Amino acid sequence: MKLTVWTYEGPPHVGAMRVATGMEGLHYVLHAPQGDTYADLLFTMIERRGKRPPVTYTTFQARDLGADTATLFRDACLAAYDRFRPEALIVGASCTAELIQDDPGGLAERLGLPVPVIALELPSYSRKELFGTDETFYQLARTLAQPCGRTPEVSCNILGPTGLGFRHRDDVVEVTKLLDAMGIAVNVVAPMGSRPSDLARLGAAHFNVVLYPEHAETAARWLEREHGQPFTKTIPIGTRATRAFVEEVAGLAGIAPRLDTGDLRQPWWSASVDSTYLTGKRVFVFGDATHAMAAARVARDEMGFEVCGLGCYNREFARPLRALAKEMGVEATVTDDYLEVERAIAAAAPEMILGTQMERHIGKRLGIPCAVISAPVHVQDFPARHSPQMGVEGANVLFDTWVHPLVMGLEEHLLTMFREDFEFSDAAGPSHHGGHAPVAAGEGGSAPHPPEADSPRSISGHRKDAEPVWAAAAERELRKIPFFVRGKARRNTESFAAERGVAEITVDTLYEAKAHYAR
Amino acid sequence: MNDGTPIGCRSAPVLRERGQHEVFCGLTAIVWLHRKMQDAFFLVVGSRTCAHLLQSAAGVMIFAEPRFGTAILEEGDLAGLKDANEELDREVARLLERRPDIRQLFLVGSCPSEVIKLDLARAAQRLTRVHAPHVRVLNYSGSGIETTFTQGEDACLAAMVPGLPATETSNLLLVGALPDVVEDQARVLLAGLGIDHVQVLPGRRADQDPAVGPHTRYALLQPFLGDTAAALDGRGATRIEAPFPFGEEGTTAWLRAVADAFGIDEATFARATDAPRARARRAVAAAAGTLSGKRVTFLPDSQLEIPLARFLARECGMEPVEIGTPYLHAGLMAPELDLLPTPVRLSEGQDVERQLDRLRADRPDLTVCGLGLANPLESEGLTTKWAIELVFTPVHFYEQAGDLAALFARPLRRKAILAGSFSLPVAGNTPGSGAEPRRAP
Repeated sequence: MKLTVWTYEGPPHVGAMRVATGMEGLHYVLHAPQGDTYADLLFTMIERRGKRPPVTYTTFQARDLGADTATLFRDACLAAYDRFRPEALIVGASCTAELIQDDPGGLAERLGLPVPVIALELPSYSRKELFGTDETFYQLARTLAQPCGRTPEVSCNILGPTGLGFRHRDDVVEVTKLLDAMGIAVNVVAPMGSRPSDLARLGAAHFNVVLYPEHAETAARWLEREHGQPFTKTIPIGTRATRAFVEEVAGLAGIAPRLDTGDLRQPWWSASVDSTYLTGKRVFVFGDATHAMAAARVARDEMGFEVCGLGCYNREFARPLRALAKEMGVEATVTDDYLEVERAIAAAAPEMILGTQMERHIGKRLGIPCAVISAPVHVQDFPARHSPQMGVEGANVLFDTWVHPLVMGLEEHLLTMFREDFEFSDAAGPSHHGGHAPVAAGEGGSAPHPPEADSPRSISGHRKDAEPVWAAAAERELRKIPFFVRGKARRNTESFAAERGVAEITVDTLYEAKAHYAR
Repeated sequence: MNDGTPIGCRSAPVLRERGQHEVFCGLTAIVWLHRKMQDAFFLVVGSRTCAHLLQSAAGVMIFAEPRFGTAILEEGDLAGLKDANEELDREVARLLERRPDIRQLFLVGSCPSEVIKLDLARAAQRLTRVHAPHVRVLNYSGSGIETTFTQGEDACLAAMVPGLPATETSNLLLVGALPDVVEDQARVLLAGLGIDHVQVLPGRRADQDPAVGPHTRYALLQPFLGDTAAALDGRGATRIEAPFPFGEEGTTAWLRAVADAFGIDEATFARATDAPRARARRAVAAAAGTLSGKRVTFLPDSQLEIPLARFLARECGMEPVEIGTPYLHAGLMAPELDLLPTPVRLSEGQDVERQLDRLRADRPDLTVCGLGLANPLESEGLTTKWAIELVFTPVHFYEQAGDLAALFARPLRRKAILAGSFSLPVAGNTPGSGAEPRRAP
């Protein structure tokens, strides 16, 4: 057993739902108790879909336990087929149904439905949501893809986008544009946007573009093996990666690379003197491995940030992430425990966090600005506007999104000059976003920083740090340092003092440490 | 309560359906119960699905360090049950060490823990012995195979009843977790009637547990408390039969029943209730203009459907088309059914596809439903009010009557406001919308 308050990933059947919901003409019959329909609202509310997810739940109850549940499952299958007339059916069990061992696959197969029925084995007690998407899409491709000749023109499939994917909708548009510019046709986009009958002709493409390895790598490997289709390894997030992606694609297509950079503003924005103050800003990056690795590269190579921490919650991709972290000279944080992430962030004392919805809240708690780069995300990260992460426009979006939460350069200088400025006092917070503004008395609303007792640390046990003592004068001097670098200054000074066995930190210690760590 | 008009559904036929239920399980009740009981922690013993459900249902609240969590069963726990008990003891010990402020710990059963027959009742007894006297450990099930949404609160409160202190005094017990502000209003109203010794189940803290005995009378604040009522009856307490305190009429009838049980005279009752009654009527009238004459359907969710439909029909002039409820407790609901206009289609349980077929045929002006259905129905052109808000928002008693009516009026008002802006692009750009593109003559 493991005590959990927040989970980065849902159970694997939610992953299967994401595949089914992204597609048309596919129906999912899920053997599950009453209540598991909660997952519908992820799609109808967070992704704001105007249609119910194509999922039928058997809704068994305590009184059905026994032989009855198998009948319930068969009836639900038949009713779902009759009502929705899908081109294919996927069937499976949620965590509770896994325990009662009804074998949805076998039961559904014996119904003799006139469409393909694909049984999903999703081990709920050992795997999670991303395994569910990947495995479901793999099983669909394996069952439905037919042997077929290549299209006469050069074409590719785009693999990986699903329902409830972080910016999948717009990434597909952007990547299609990149391919268009090279004259490469898109054969099938899957799972999102396809029908089972589309998956039948996956094999007609010359190669595959894998946008999200978490959702499509197993299927892509199978297609490589069985249909001789190579697939792309570069994720086109950021300007450099987009160029590399275009070159990789050109290589696979056997044509000259071509990238239309007319709308690419990110490199100049980043090079312009206004961005100089971004140099060396310490960022902590956390998310799914694909987005975290891409973001870390963009942060270092295109924004001029210093990556001071890198991690992911999906262990399946821990190896490449660890390798990149090592290359960047930082410790990899591979965990699905948000408390551990919070500890790592607090220890790294970054000036900015790039993370998920959860890191946004950690950032709020610690008073560190944050931008969201990865699922899981809330409703605000399914925007109405075009907002890709990939390709040319994606690079532009990344620049704006990441710079926005930071205090602007000139302000930063003025802040250092006039530390007592009332609008830029500590209480005003490090961000322009309203969440940090102190609420005027009488206006109501909750305090932006929850009191210490409300911190998640209270569930994780107390930290015990044997730290050097700060002299009152040094503590006062420390407070004159702008809040967004104060954490780092405090940490550096303390470790400086600890290394030298200094018990009391004085003003001198503070400035000696500053000189020692000067870059 | 029958006032002689041709109303009353006590003996109306009820359509009972089984099939796919589009509802929450009882675990969801934790989301509000943990806020009410300030020294309690709710530990779900379940799967990742349970944790994900709570996270999804609790929305942003999950980040305020809630006093609930899930002990997620892993493959190893399923292999041998002895293991699972040891694991649970260890997790509980760690939790209580981290949170020394916790005085009541609820082990909440889930579908997986029920199916593998993990004996949480015995675990609760064992853990109570280990952690007494500082912490008491209780157990109930919020599993989807046994409970629907608000039934989770019923199961929780019913589990508390056997441990309540005994009394021989004649006291009044209010049953149901209400927002603090509403609970305080109820106390003030009852004090106005001269009823001072009021206790509430659940209390805000463990040391505020109400006492119960053969001279206890209790009134339900919520309609979904059947098991809790039975448990209180088992302790010798007497239920005060009443409609539920929604709207001016419901609140007055509820107070009337309590006043009668305590022999309060008419003059005192009028003195205490006339002013707030008038306020409530005025406030409801403001929203009733939007609601009057509109047809409303409730899909099953919380068991609040029947009392709310009664309020909308009688005080706001709406016409209930179908009232769906996950469970209909005939005994508790009798005073409500007496007040419902007839004819109305009552349904218990759900086969969601068939119910949606009926809904599409009925095309009511307003559909009260869950969040998994609301947006899809909106995109079909139906107007919806999402039901969960009715559980989380203060809606009971006089001062909230206007807010309650406004919750239903808001989607209709919004639809009217947006009507102009929607039609323009759709008519011009969407093929097959019926409007031919306009051509120059």
